[in-house]
Amino acid sequence: MAGNSKVEPFVVKDCALAAIATGMRAQNLRELRDGLLAVHPESINYHFWGGLLQPRFDDSEYNNDFASWARHALHDNKLGERLGVIDPADFHDVEALRQELIDVIETRLDEMEFHPWARRDQQFHFVRSQIVVFDTGKRILRPRDLRAVVPTLSIGSIYYHVIDARRREPQRVDDIRAWLQQFGDQYAVLCDRLAGLDPYFITLTELRRALDTVIAECPFDGGAA
Amino acid sequence: MTQLLKSYADVVGQDVIRHLSQLAAPLKGLKVVHVNSTRTGGGVAEILDKLVPLMRELGLDVRWEVIKGETGFYQCTKQFHNALQGNTSIIPEALLKEYETTNQRNAEELGPVLREADLVFIHDPQPAALLRHFPDRRGKWIWRCHIDVSHPFRPVWRYLRQFIAPYDASIFSIADFVQMLPHPVYLIPPSIDPLSDKNMDLPAEEIREICARYNLDPERPMMLQVSRFDRFKDPLGVIEAYRLATSFIPSLQLVLAGGGATDDPEGDVVLAEVRAAAQGDPDVHILLLPPDAHRTINALQRAAAFVLQKSIKEGFGLTVSEAMWKGKPVIGGDTGGIRLQVINHHTGFLVSSPEGAALRIRYLLHHREKLAEMGQKAREFVLENFLLTRQLREYLTVMVALRHGAGDRLDLG
Repeated sequence: MAGNSKVEPFVVKDCALAAIATGMRAQNLRELRDGLLAVHPESINYHFWGGLLQPRFDDSEYNNDFASWARHALHDNKLGERLGVIDPADFHDVEALRQELIDVIETRLDEMEFHPWARRDQQFHFVRSQIVVFDTGKRILRPRDLRAVVPTLSIGSIYYHVIDARRREPQRVDDIRAWLQQFGDQYAVLCDRLAGLDPYFITLTELRRALDTVIAECPFDGGAA
Repeated sequence: MTQLLKSYADVVGQDVIRHLSQLAAPLKGLKVVHVNSTRTGGGVAEILDKLVPLMRELGLDVRWEVIKGETGFYQCTKQFHNALQGNTSIIPEALLKEYETTNQRNAEELGPVLREADLVFIHDPQPAALLRHFPDRRGKWIWRCHIDVSHPFRPVWRYLRQFIAPYDASIFSIADFVQMLPHPVYLIPPSIDPLSDKNMDLPAEEIREICARYNLDPERPMMLQVSRFDRFKDPLGVIEAYRLATSFIPSLQLVLAGGGATDDPEGDVVLAEVRAAAQGDPDVHILLLPPDAHRTINALQRAAAFVLQKSIKEGFGLTVSEAMWKGKPVIGGDTGGIRLQVINHHTGFLVSSPEGAALRIRYLLHHREKLAEMGQKAREFVLENFLLTRQLREYLTVMVALRHGAGDRLDLG
């Protein structure tokens, strides 16, 4: 594609999430396990990733809601740690992620004589989300233009092109790398560095900054990055 | 960009306003109607007062209608309010009849506007029964519940549910407040307006003048709780925490600032208890402020070293975000929406007793650098999560979702 073939522009999109109550809730570990068995797959995604676009504190101790609930509502530190270490990027789809969560919880259930309960006002509420995606009208025509555009992207765009893309596209890569593939190996180093960014433990603002840094260090003029 | 949007862009950034404009693009020209029961006073009117002009700026054709009723109607809806929050409340049949006929009368008055609207937001239970009078409606109707109905008095919820279930969607503030309904139940936390009198920047001179008016010593630390004189806000627990803390920090001043108690018969009793508990201590300032004392509250929040919201039961508790927006950490009761705003050890502390509050008071006053750091984090947290622009973004998202189908992913191209 680096030769004469037509270069497809990068279409910059943006998105917003609407959170929806599922009505399912859990007050103890068994109920959490039963909820996980039945809940809509989007709910599992929401409890891992939705917090990035919904109210959540930057320095949150745990980056998924299941771990945080185990720690703060059930006061089960061990389970909180085991759930907290689960990285959704390690699983090929949400069903595999669901099974991992259930396995961890069932292991913990097997270890316990008595199952702790959360207070009535600290139940786990399963929430799912709808994502609304829209075109910003922005187009990136050349890779070097990433330098100017990335720092101006909204956090919704960052979410859509980096987080959502890894779930949305069969290649499971972010949209920037997917777009750069049309230039052959020319940007292989840049792609490797983009692949090295771990979006799980940082906020979208920090992720935008990290993308900006990686792209700024890429010598676009010299051909190979 | 209009002046209003520019003013918000100055606070939240251009990218946030651009994002809102793009999200609103598919909704341009749509007729949107908000209906509630009061034009002034109360949190709902306060939000609509800002939200409606902002939606208009984004190109939507928005109206705000207010239903009218007689005394019996408001007696009934006040009892609804109490019952939905869990109080046992047997409402006489005559009042329920008044509720239904008032809604019918308002439906006749608002008929053409509501029938033609593309999206109708009905706020809280007062106008909820309007929907049944519009079998020929063409738009989507959304019931917006601002109340915690997690544990309602069941007979009253059952009565109201018959009016609410046929809506196309409902919106609650947080998942804990929800009652499930046979339609999508969206979650949108409330927000504060950074440009309102209550939250805007104030000149240092005005803050000094207001502190002087209430005999507050600017050289000594002051802590503040802003709330009605209500047992659920635990003002007596605040005084107890103050007493425990002053044995270590004698220079501490406490301000309990609240509104009058005209519509709350228990308010006078609680106020009397608070005054008795203060025992004439000149450093405990109990201020009864009028409902429009927004700048005074703003100044007191800015003058405080930190803020308390030591509720034992709370709805969302937006006074927490108001204080945090002014860079103040909050010592808050571990309950309700306070938990969503006070992130323990980061934007403040969650406490469960006067002793816990006293401990955190001492900690903050002995670690001024930590106090400043937490205050900074608190402001940033509100900037990202609890400003009006975030709430507007979520309203727009729900509106787009309702107009374009029920799938998990709506790609508008």
